[in-house]
Amino acid sequence: MPGNRPALVQEEAPPGAVARLVSVPMPAAAQAAQATAAARPEGRRSNAGGRRATAWLRLISPVAVLVGWQLVSQLGLVSEQTLPSPTQVWSTAVLLVTRNSPAYGTLQGNLIVSLERVAIGFAVGASIGLLLAVIAGLSRLGENAVDPVMQMLRTLPLFGLIPVFIVWFGIDDTPKIILIAIGSAIPLYLNAFAGIRNVDPRLHELSRVLQLSRRELITKIVLPGALPQILVGTRQSLGVAWLALVVAEQVNTNAGLGFMMSQATQFLSLDVIIVALLVYCVLGLLTDWLVRIAERRALSWRRSFITT
Amino acid sequence: MASQLHHNVSASALDNAAPAKTVRVRGLSRSFGPDQVLRDLDLEIASGEFVALIGRSGSGKSTLLRALAGLDHQATGELAVDGTVSIAFQEPRLVPWKRVADNVSLGLRDPDPRARTAAALAEVGLTDRARAWPLTLSGGEAQRASLARALVRDPSLLLLDEPFSALDALTRIAMHRLVLSLWERHRPAVLLVTHDVDEALTLADRVVVLTAGQISHTCLVSADRPRDRNQAYLHGLRTRLLAELGVDREGTL
Repeated sequence: MPGNRPALVQEEAPPGAVARLVSVPMPAAAQAAQATAAARPEGRRSNAGGRRATAWLRLISPVAVLVGWQLVSQLGLVSEQTLPSPTQVWSTAVLLVTRNSPAYGTLQGNLIVSLERVAIGFAVGASIGLLLAVIAGLSRLGENAVDPVMQMLRTLPLFGLIPVFIVWFGIDDTPKIILIAIGSAIPLYLNAFAGIRNVDPRLHELSRVLQLSRRELITKIVLPGALPQILVGTRQSLGVAWLALVVAEQVNTNAGLGFMMSQATQFLSLDVIIVALLVYCVLGLLTDWLVRIAERRALSWRRSFITT
Repeated sequence: MASQLHHNVSASALDNAAPAKTVRVRGLSRSFGPDQVLRDLDLEIASGEFVALIGRSGSGKSTLLRALAGLDHQATGELAVDGTVSIAFQEPRLVPWKRVADNVSLGLRDPDPRARTAAALAEVGLTDRARAWPLTLSGGEAQRASLARALVRDPSLLLLDEPFSALDALTRIAMHRLVLSLWERHRPAVLLVTHDVDEALTLADRVVVLTAGQISHTCLVSADRPRDRNQAYLHGLRTRLLAELGVDREGTL
């Protein structure tokens, strides 16, 4: 991205600049393709290199979309009001970061408020979801008590709860955080519950022979055994958490990414909305990536099975 | 002396000041629906005695073992085990997300679990695999880890549920030697469930045949260890046991 910056500053880029934008990714892609081709026959040791080359290949289509978007705006096929160009969006983003506007505040200020809501909501929701999954997963009684309620909540339209929550909890942060918490508790509960029930029953038997305490059973057998599923649930939960944040923040807020978007709607500033949407995208990808890293570390006992 | 006697009496309700028995089973029965798997079974195992339990599939071997391990609370009759029980399962049943050493120390109540675990791993020759993941172990290594986990608790009764049946012949011979040396050092009472008559005769003081939920035959094996399976004495016992298992009619004409 930084390499593209000079072109973005110009209002009307000369055709050469466009041509350069198009031609830049091509040699990289060609190199990557060559690298993969060369890496393949060598087999195992060069496998990691091959994967890196594939990662480069995956960048081609997003870059192409970006370039296409810029072309469409620049050639005047779509008006700036309908779809601001990437360069326009970029300069808006820069402005939002560097200037504290009365209408929006700063991008980073809103981001921090949103992050805090998601963090609290997700932490509360995930803990509750996991706790309920353990209760339901370990006993028939617990299942009968917890599961029907969770299945009911699952089918409830989450965002339909917003008006109810406003009546119950007012218009400050509480209803937003509760909405995020409920949204993230459910996928985690469903996955963790299934994961716990799938733990090898022979290991339960082993824990009885070894006279493990209830606590040891949970921390050493049940939760690690259900971890692959719990991590799948975590990724889903984070997805729902961001979604719930966007919706919740557009109602009665004075800070946050959603607030920025609802303000922008009133001013018909599509560029600001697109900036906010892109920030959501990046945050979603970032959290997903973090969970994947955690996944790779926590499940190394499985990976060793593959690599040795 | 007196206090020790008193201790024995309180530890086992069935004790009648007879020679110390680690296992006393009387009139044990267990049914699964209409199938009666154990019928009024009696069995005693003296402390430090090595007993092999053989029988055909479905004779109730595993059911008896599970009852002794405390995994079956629906068996009826009297069952008393003096002291702690450990078990090594047919599949090594290691917890895949715990390294070998952590598998061995799992649930171990000891002031110094690390030292105990290291000693147990050294005994089975797995010191250099202590940090390995179970999925990377060979069949023999996994079974040795399972043995270390069973022995680290210093059991008075060690239950072995066909632990060598999935191993290749050479590994099995090595495992037999290992089990014997561990048994000689720690002297737990052992109940080995097996399909293999030769294995039973190589290892045990006494071989018990289970047929249709009852003990149909018992034979004492008094040969010194290590035993040569081609010894005439063992050969005679083997013929007798195979007949008891009903193999002769199908095996030889």
